[in-house]
Amino acid sequence: MTKLLRKITGVAAAACVICMAFAGPAYAQNAAAPAGSPAAVSPAAASPAPDAAAAPAPPQQPDSTATAANGGTGIDLTWPVPAASDPKTSLTTGAPTIDDAGKTTIGANSELVKNVAHNKVSINIVWTLVTGFLVMFMQAGFALVETGLCRAKSAAHVMATNFMIYGLGMLGFWVCGFAFMFGNYANGPVNIGWQPSLGQGLMLLNHGWGLGELSSSGGYKYGLIGLKGFFLSPSVFDTAIFTLFLFEMVFMDTTATIPTGCMAERWDFRNFIIYGFWVGMFPYAIYGSWVWGGGWLAQSGVNWNFGHGAVDFAGSGVVHMCGGMIAIAGGLCIGPRLGKYGKDGKARAIPGHDIPMVMLGTFILAFGWFGFNPGSTLAGTDNRIAIIAVNTMLAGAAASVGTLLTMYVVTGKPDPSMLCNGLLAGLVAITAPCAFVNSAGAVLLGFIAGVIVVFSVFFFERVAKIDDAVGAISVHGICGAWGVLSVGLFANGSYGQGWGGVHKLFKDGQWMRIVNDGSKAVIDQYNTLIGTDPKTGGWTDIGVTGIFGKIFGAPEGDFSQFQAQLTDVCVCAVFVILFSLAWFKISNLIFPIRSKREDEIAGLDVPEMGVEAYPDFQITDKSSPAIE
Amino acid sequence: MKKIEAIIKPFKLEEVKVALSELQIEGMTVTEVRGFGRQKGHTEIYRGSEYSVDFLPKIKVEVVLPESLLKDAIAAIVSVAKTGKIGDGKIFVSTIDDAIRIRTEESGEKSL
Repeated sequence: MTKLLRKITGVAAAACVICMAFAGPAYAQNAAAPAGSPAAVSPAAASPAPDAAAAPAPPQQPDSTATAANGGTGIDLTWPVPAASDPKTSLTTGAPTIDDAGKTTIGANSELVKNVAHNKVSINIVWTLVTGFLVMFMQAGFALVETGLCRAKSAAHVMATNFMIYGLGMLGFWVCGFAFMFGNYANGPVNIGWQPSLGQGLMLLNHGWGLGELSSSGGYKYGLIGLKGFFLSPSVFDTAIFTLFLFEMVFMDTTATIPTGCMAERWDFRNFIIYGFWVGMFPYAIYGSWVWGGGWLAQSGVNWNFGHGAVDFAGSGVVHMCGGMIAIAGGLCIGPRLGKYGKDGKARAIPGHDIPMVMLGTFILAFGWFGFNPGSTLAGTDNRIAIIAVNTMLAGAAASVGTLLTMYVVTGKPDPSMLCNGLLAGLVAITAPCAFVNSAGAVLLGFIAGVIVVFSVFFFERVAKIDDAVGAISVHGICGAWGVLSVGLFANGSYGQGWGGVHKLFKDGQWMRIVNDGSKAVIDQYNTLIGTDPKTGGWTDIGVTGIFGKIFGAPEGDFSQFQAQLTDVCVCAVFVILFSLAWFKISNLIFPIRSKREDEIAGLDVPEMGVEAYPDFQITDKSSPAIE
Repeated sequence: MKKIEAIIKPFKLEEVKVALSELQIEGMTVTEVRGFGRQKGHTEIYRGSEYSVDFLPKIKVEVVLPESLLKDAIAAIVSVAKTGKIGDGKIFVSTIDDAIRIRTEESGEKSL
């Protein structure tokens, strides 16, 4: 039975790859149709969009978008041309001309303006790539943390899972993960005046599937999945899209490597290999498309009046909570390590073999987080990156102090492994709200995460009895959920104006909600409302605001955003856990998920990897509890 | 010839070595060992779960010496290794039949 299943999967996988490879050119043809007019982007709205949000950019040289010059599709994707009297362009020097009104301006098509616009996109691409490289380095941090918290006898095995997830997951993401996640990106809800920060090439990601009526721009009312960019085929051969692929790929790797810590020291390596492909292809990509790829959770602001829709700046939910939920499902399916629970049902400690390695890895992760959060602007020209970086470090610091105090009170000693969990808990929690809170909010929510993580570790160890070798479920799953929710609690309205296609205007204690459908009528109405005319205008465009936003500087709290965040958390928990449970049950039939009993007792290094991690040292295994 | 096996606290090794060297004792063998005596181990908490440290790390010093030096050597070890607290260790003394230096094939006390 098992052999047959293996054969079938093998054949099916091969068939899939072949089909996809041939399908490449077909996607290229599809792309030609809807490109001309970018979906929800409104060319006319070049003037008064909120500064903090992705501001409308001046025209751009075509060579930074998808043209034949950079191997692209040859589709004309030049930026909309702003009015010649646009004050933003006339402030520059160059060869001036005199317009109809007698003002001296610089032509929108002048070389100078084109170069400035080109540089802006270039800065954004460089920023996104470099921060993506930082996030890639976080793989080293995860490998060190997880290996250090395991026993020496399985160190090479744990390290190898962290190592190979990079290659396995990346190929899975290249095959279909990226297409599922971002294929529908251009149809997502956006603010008035939005421009894709990495260049117009992103507008090629315009094909998806969903429920409800199809809007004029080509998106479904409830987007469920993207369907463009399989194998990064020729139809999406563009600098903007390749930049986005790199950045989101390394994020996927973070999700993928979280369960390897929870399930360490007992996970059959062959089962892990097929997991590696699966995780790159499906769970992160599907759930991520709902929040980041313009799917139904992002649309919940437009559809159901849930604030700005699900807001998850850098992935407390999409990356960390998703990984934590996969870890819960995996931990349930694989069972605890031998000896972890005695006959009395009480948990036994299995101390890690290298605490300095754990702490070094934690610092590498904290360093990588400066790519994770500030990079998620996808724009180096968005000066918000300074606030994001400071909030990130503050929340991590506050959380480590929160854990320190909690551990002193609860057990009397701080336990370095818990301190590391604490710092990471704060970083995970600030990941969603990093752009939307002030420093007080960052410190507060970080500190709370540092307390939560301690009790969460105790809960999963003693009550839920899911053996989590490194605390991955608590750090990433639970504190990730806390991070998503905290956007709806502490966001202070200073950033994210018009996110999710919803503009929340405020004046004299009253809210007004404007949904950006891309029509000129809505844009004109918006421009009038935020104009200076005291009768019709004077409204302020407020960004993402939480329930307690007023305490942190917003003019008024907003409950509707919390609804979106709560929905997001519930959907993530239910969908990812069920989806992953199904996977682990099925994959268990192909390759057993659990290593052989005698291999686990001996340590997985030699039986499964063929080499010891530390052959020059005698491994005493004094930290293993007796198997009852 | 006598052999002294002294189980001592790890951080006392240097003092014991100096004290024995002052008695013109030429060689010793040192081993990192774990064990417990009457005090047994103690419990610690790791990530919220208790575990007992049953085998505490100690250092075992082995010295083979002429019987004439035995009393002084024991006195020297005791004087420097004693802290007065539980876990100071033990000294075992036994008789050695013979000893041979491999390089010269000398035997007996000459080989020490």
